Amino acid sequence: MEFLAMGGYWPYVWGSYLVMAGLLLVEMIQLRYRRRSLMGWIKRMARIRAQEETQ
Amino acid sequence: MSERGIQWFRFTAPANFYDLAGRLIPWFAALTIALFAAGLYLGLVVAPPDYQQGDSYRIIYIHVPTAWMGMFLYVLMAIYAAIGLIWRIKMAEVMAKAIAPTGALFTFLALWTGALWGRPTWGVYWVWDARLTSMLLLLFLYLGYMALHAAIDDRQRASNASAVLAMVGVVNVPIIYFSVHWWNTLHQGASITVTDAPTMAMIMFVTLMIMVLAAWMYSIAVVLARARVELLERERNARWVQERLEGGKT
Repeated sequence: MEFLAMGGYWPYVWGSYLVMAGLLLVEMIQLRYRRRSLMGWIKRMARIRAQEETQ
Repeated sequence: MSERGIQWFRFTAPANFYDLAGRLIPWFAALTIALFAAGLYLGLVVAPPDYQQGDSYRIIYIHVPTAWMGMFLYVLMAIYAAIGLIWRIKMAEVMAKAIAPTGALFTFLALWTGALWGRPTWGVYWVWDARLTSMLLLLFLYLGYMALHAAIDDRQRASNASAVLAMVGVVNVPIIYFSVHWWNTLHQGASITVTDAPTMAMIMFVTLMIMVLAAWMYSIAVVLARARVELLERERNARWVQERLEGGKT
C-alpha cells in the first residue's frame, strides 16, 4: 500500500500514468475499429461487384 | 528488367509498403511491451525517491518521453509533408497524415503530466511561461493540421494545404527547445544534453532512456498501422487491395 500512496503524491503520479495508459489504449482501440469497419466496407463492395458480374 | 538487386523504389509503392509495414508492426509492438514493462518496473519500483521531490519526480519517466515524442513527431510529420508537397510522393502524404494524431496525443500527455507535476513542485498546474505556452501552441498546430485535412474534401488540396501549415509550424519546435534558455521560465533547463553528462543519477537516466525508447517503438507501431489504414482508404478500389482480400492476407 505504501507503493500505491507514492509518498502522498499518488493523485499526481497515478493521474499521470493512468491517463497516459488510458489514452494509448483508446488510440489503439480506435485504430482497430477504423480498420475493421473499412475492411467490412471493402469486402461488401467486392461481393456486390462479383454479383453484378455473374448477372 | 532485372529481377536481381535491390529495387529501392519498390518500398514507395503502396502495395509493398502495406506488406512490409504489416510484417514490421508485430516486432515494434513486442519491443514496445518489453520496454514499457522494464521501464515502468524500474521507474515505479526500483528507482529511489528523489531527495527533494520525493515520489512526485516519477512523473519524469513519462513527461520527458511524451514531450520529446511530441516534438520529434512534429518534425517528422513536417518532413513527410514537405516531401509529399514537393515531389508528389503519395506515401509521404500518407505518412504525414498518419503521424499527426499520435503526435497530438503525446503533446497533450506532455502538457497533462507537466500540469500534474507542476502542482506539487511549483504549486500551480499552469503558468504562461515560454516553455509551456510554446508546447500548447504545438498541440494547436497538430489539431489545426488535422482539422484542415478534415475540412477540405478534395484529397490533393487537403494534403497540400495542411502540408504548408505543417511546414510553417515547424519553426515552433526550436522555440520550444530553446525557450528555457531564451526566456526566464519557471520550467527548468535541460537535464540531458548531447554535450554534457546528464545531471541525474544513473538509474534514473537509464530508466528514462528505456521509457523514451518505448515511446519511440509505440509511435512507430501505431503510425505504421494508421498509415496502412489510410492507404487502404485511398486505394480501396485498387487491384492490389482486392488481391490481398482474396488471398486472405490483410
